Amino acid sequence: MENRVKIILDARSVNEGFARVAAAAFAARLDPTVEELADIKTAVSEAVTNAIIHGYEGRYGRVAMEMTASGNLLTISVSDKGRGIADIKQAMCPLYTSKPHLERSGMGFTVMESFMDSLQVSSRVGEGTRVVMTKRIHG
Amino acid sequence: MDIICKITGRAMVAILKGELDHHNAAQVREELESRFSAAGMRNLIFDLSGLHFMDSSGLGILIGRYKTVSALGGQTRIAAPSEQADKLLRLAGIYKIIPVYETLTDAVAGL
Repeated sequence: MENRVKIILDARSVNEGFARVAAAAFAARLDPTVEELADIKTAVSEAVTNAIIHGYEGRYGRVAMEMTASGNLLTISVSDKGRGIADIKQAMCPLYTSKPHLERSGMGFTVMESFMDSLQVSSRVGEGTRVVMTKRIHG
Repeated sequence: MDIICKITGRAMVAILKGELDHHNAAQVREELESRFSAAGMRNLIFDLSGLHFMDSSGLGILIGRYKTVSALGGQTRIAAPSEQADKLLRLAGIYKIIPVYETLTDAVAGL
């Protein structure tokens, strides 16, 4: 049976930890391994951080995190209504960062892509960004 | 997130405990820079045995301090990362520039 949860977060960095814990709690019912759970928490942290830093750039906004469990497939989408990404291909390049002065490593999308089974990014400049990640839980 | 700094041999050891993410990255960066400057050392060892979680914000912290230390002609080392941190550090290729050691004792040796 499919199960779905949607959480709306203020785009504040203090909520990054909450998003990780919420994703871990949701995924726990699929009986993941410790490594799978750590992968999910890391990927969610990257997605929510991206929305806060790059989507809203310190301005007020909200981040939506929607999680679906269907069988052993976990799907997590993180979306914002921030500034959007002009060049998704460039943004997803390892080590690319538009904010080097903040000591960003430019590895966020690479981490999401590596730690989850799939990653899709859609964005419109001025309208926002949506990241959808899936991971099959083997337990 | 707790940071404990101590001098061991010829290095400052920064023991990071808790979770390192974007939320506390700026505070961690400032504290590490301040304490490393005050310590007057050239070498820096990160003891990550108590770091339960880090994301790519942590990578930025490590690379930034590596640059600071390298500019002084010193060495940066990582000791005892957790499995979660180790996976991230390997993915990012951090160990190509900052060597990793199984224990803090191993990391201190030879400096």
